[in-house]
Amino acid sequence: MPNSDAVLETEALTIRFGGLVAVRDFSVRIPGGSIVGLIGPNGAGKTTCFNMVTGFYKPTEGKILFNGQDITGWSPHRVCSAGIARTFQNIRLFHTASVIQNVMVGARVRQSTTWWHALLNLPSFWKEERELREKALFLLDAVGLKKFADEESGGLPYGAQRRLELARALATDPTFLLLDEPAAGMNPNETQELMGFVKDIRTRFNLTILLIEHDMRVVMGICEHIWVLDYGVTIAEGRPEEIRSNRKVIEAYLGEEYVRDA
Amino acid sequence: MSLAMFVQHLLNGLTLGSLYALIAIGYTMVYGILRLINFAHGEIFMLGAYFVFWGVTLFRLPWFIAVIGAIAVTSFAGIIVDRVAYKPLRNAPRISALISAIGVSFFLQNFAIVVFSAIPREVQRPAWLVKVIIVGKVRILPLTLVVPALSFVLMMGLLYVVYKTKPGLGMRAISRDIETSRLMGVPVNRIIALTFGMGSALAAASGIMWALRYPQLQPVMGVIPGFKAFIAAVFGGIGSIQGAVIGGLILGLMEIMIVAFMPSLAGFRDAFAFILLIIILLIMPTGLMGEKLEDKV
Amino acid sequence: MDPKIKRNYALNGAAVLLLVGALFWSKGNLDGYKIQIMNLIAVNIILALSLNLIYGFTGLFSLGHAGFMAIGAYTCSLLILPATYKQTMFLLQAPIWPFSVMHAPFFVAVIAAGLAAAFFGFLIGLPVLRLGGDYLGIATLGFAEIIRVLANNMPRVTNGALGLKGIPSYSNLWWNYGWCLLTLYVIIRLVRSNFGNVLKAIRDDEVAARAMGINTFRYRLTSFTIGAFFAGVGGALLASLLTTIDPRMFIFTLTFNVLMIVVTGGLGSITGTILAGIVITVLLEWLRFVENPITFAGMTVPGIPGMRMVVFSLALLFIILFRHQGIMGRREFSWDWLFGLFRKRREA
Repeated sequence: MPNSDAVLETEALTIRFGGLVAVRDFSVRIPGGSIVGLIGPNGAGKTTCFNMVTGFYKPTEGKILFNGQDITGWSPHRVCSAGIARTFQNIRLFHTASVIQNVMVGARVRQSTTWWHALLNLPSFWKEERELREKALFLLDAVGLKKFADEESGGLPYGAQRRLELARALATDPTFLLLDEPAAGMNPNETQELMGFVKDIRTRFNLTILLIEHDMRVVMGICEHIWVLDYGVTIAEGRPEEIRSNRKVIEAYLGEEYVRDA
Repeated sequence: MSLAMFVQHLLNGLTLGSLYALIAIGYTMVYGILRLINFAHGEIFMLGAYFVFWGVTLFRLPWFIAVIGAIAVTSFAGIIVDRVAYKPLRNAPRISALISAIGVSFFLQNFAIVVFSAIPREVQRPAWLVKVIIVGKVRILPLTLVVPALSFVLMMGLLYVVYKTKPGLGMRAISRDIETSRLMGVPVNRIIALTFGMGSALAAASGIMWALRYPQLQPVMGVIPGFKAFIAAVFGGIGSIQGAVIGGLILGLMEIMIVAFMPSLAGFRDAFAFILLIIILLIMPTGLMGEKLEDKV
Repeated sequence: MDPKIKRNYALNGAAVLLLVGALFWSKGNLDGYKIQIMNLIAVNIILALSLNLIYGFTGLFSLGHAGFMAIGAYTCSLLILPATYKQTMFLLQAPIWPFSVMHAPFFVAVIAAGLAAAFFGFLIGLPVLRLGGDYLGIATLGFAEIIRVLANNMPRVTNGALGLKGIPSYSNLWWNYGWCLLTLYVIIRLVRSNFGNVLKAIRDDEVAARAMGINTFRYRLTSFTIGAFFAGVGGALLASLLTTIDPRMFIFTLTFNVLMIVVTGGLGSITGTILAGIVITVLLEWLRFVENPITFAGMTVPGIPGMRMVVFSLALLFIILFRHQGIMGRREFSWDWLFGLFRKRREA
């Protein structure tokens, strides 16, 4: 049963780039353990919201609260350290590193030994490296990439790269996961698998998940609550059934004429 | 310090600043369109000086012809450098082009040593330029007035080309977005060649005037002025021609004035520019007039 | 312990013993000139490894190596020169305390040199490492030039333009290769750990690294400082090897030579750096012949000064234009690979 206390809250989050208001008054309350979605036409400001939550952009106004703590303006690595992980719209893997090394980098944030330990060849260093490797293999197994562990990550097929990015994000031991278009480029079979997978990791790793998606099957299929952005403004929010028939949402995606003539 | 001395220093600073500005323009234009620091630009400056020297001594050309000829040949050399060493790396990581530029810089310096010899050469200057004229209590060379004046004319010419002609429009378009410019039919390669040509011409002019002002030619003469001019370009805002000019003038004035007011610091003359560089990069990396380039996440 | 790891340790130990044997043999059988080249190879490898850590592995385009080398060279020299030498040598102005009297054994002096360079690396890194690619290069180059100008203009510390002469030549095959092995050990340990994975991640995609909780600035600073340390060590060993240093040595050309080794070997390959270190050092020495007059059949062909660097810079251009990955690219030698080769031969 999802814990209904809000894990992530934003209050009137606004960001201006020069004269342009990219996102205005973005306010959400995301309950713990839920899977929720953020949708909207291209350029609506969805990834910008992600970037604000993860610390890559500093909001001009507003607040971000994570588990009750104000994390507005925190730098990205601090945000991750606090328990928020993400994947990227355009896959950002460490392309010269092997598959397992990518995941191990993700695990670094929870590692306590430093480079000194490595230099002095201390047993605590070796122990932790071994544990890290096991953890990475475990996560790779969870996403079905275990046999590619030592392959160069840049050479993986597209779908596998997406799964690797996911494994890497999970390696940071997050409590909150942001997925930016996880189903992009997938065929219907893969999309179906992904939907099951997202639900599975939510339970297995005790996560709250917020995803940006264009594929409506995914959004309607697994999201419990949806926010819709258009030109930076939240034009609707609610359960999938409500959003599906919301006039403003249809207008935003398909244009006024469609709604008029429908 | 007397007023006369001050005016003299001011004029010297203006001269030096103009020379830096001319070189800085070349750096800023190339960086604006290619995002490349043309390390070899200082050597282009050096070649301009040596070519005019050759023209006058070896080919016995009258000064005027030698100057025009040297600027033309050096301009051409600048275009060749791009064709051979930078163009093949247009799609490679930026650092590769940078390393290539460093390689060209070293190549040209040492090639000059091989061809011209490392022994500093004395330049025979036209007499009328170095005959001291006295205005009130101020003693100056006509050269000190010719340099800023000529530089001004050249800069005006350049600004005209950049802002009032079609190729100039192409340059400005490419510095915004090279791919879109290409798609819009801008002859990108030709414009790039033109940019290198013009920048090199200005650098050559600066080199020639530098050789007249400090009449000693050395194959490594372009290294320090080149570096300082680059710092001037960064100071003014890399990518902005006006910024390069302002940066160059300020740097030249600063260099002369600091040593004038604090002669004990004369040995550190070269370090001022480098310290200024570090300060700018920390406080105001976009310079006086530059624009910020955001990283897309 | 994994039997493969045990085997590797044994093989590594054997390789080191082989090196020691080779050094013994060289001491007894090679002339002074060849030994000098071997010394230079070791020092160049140290310098190139330190730059490879900073640039090849962490992706920081630093052009300030000559500055760190200068700091290391002067620190070490001032510590191993006897006080009386310093009094007589400092012709421009009398040396200032504590530089006039400080003294230390060679090993300590080299460590001090490394620490001094690391300290400056840390100081300059703090402001400068936030900059991106080209700007970092220019800023570090500027820093190196500032160091050179300072060395020229602080006669009470450095004897100004006159430089330091008569530096005790403690630097020999044992010290140089000893330090080289130590540098190699440190770099390998760092790179082949999760710390090293993180450095490479920062090189590959800094944004993603930050999103994964990595304080990329701190890692850059650490890598930069460690690299500076070994550049200082290299500078110190070089000073004792050449026995004389002056500010004119530490011009950009010095950094260029080290950069050349790193690029030729392959950015991000330790094996490549070692191979290129040997090749480039030998090449630079061999090329001297084009600069010196050659006498044969009773005629003297005059040397062409500057030709050495012409060939050298053309070589760099050639590599960057046609084989930018250098000798090894990012690949490394490993015992597994060697055995794999033999196995293939046997099966063939």
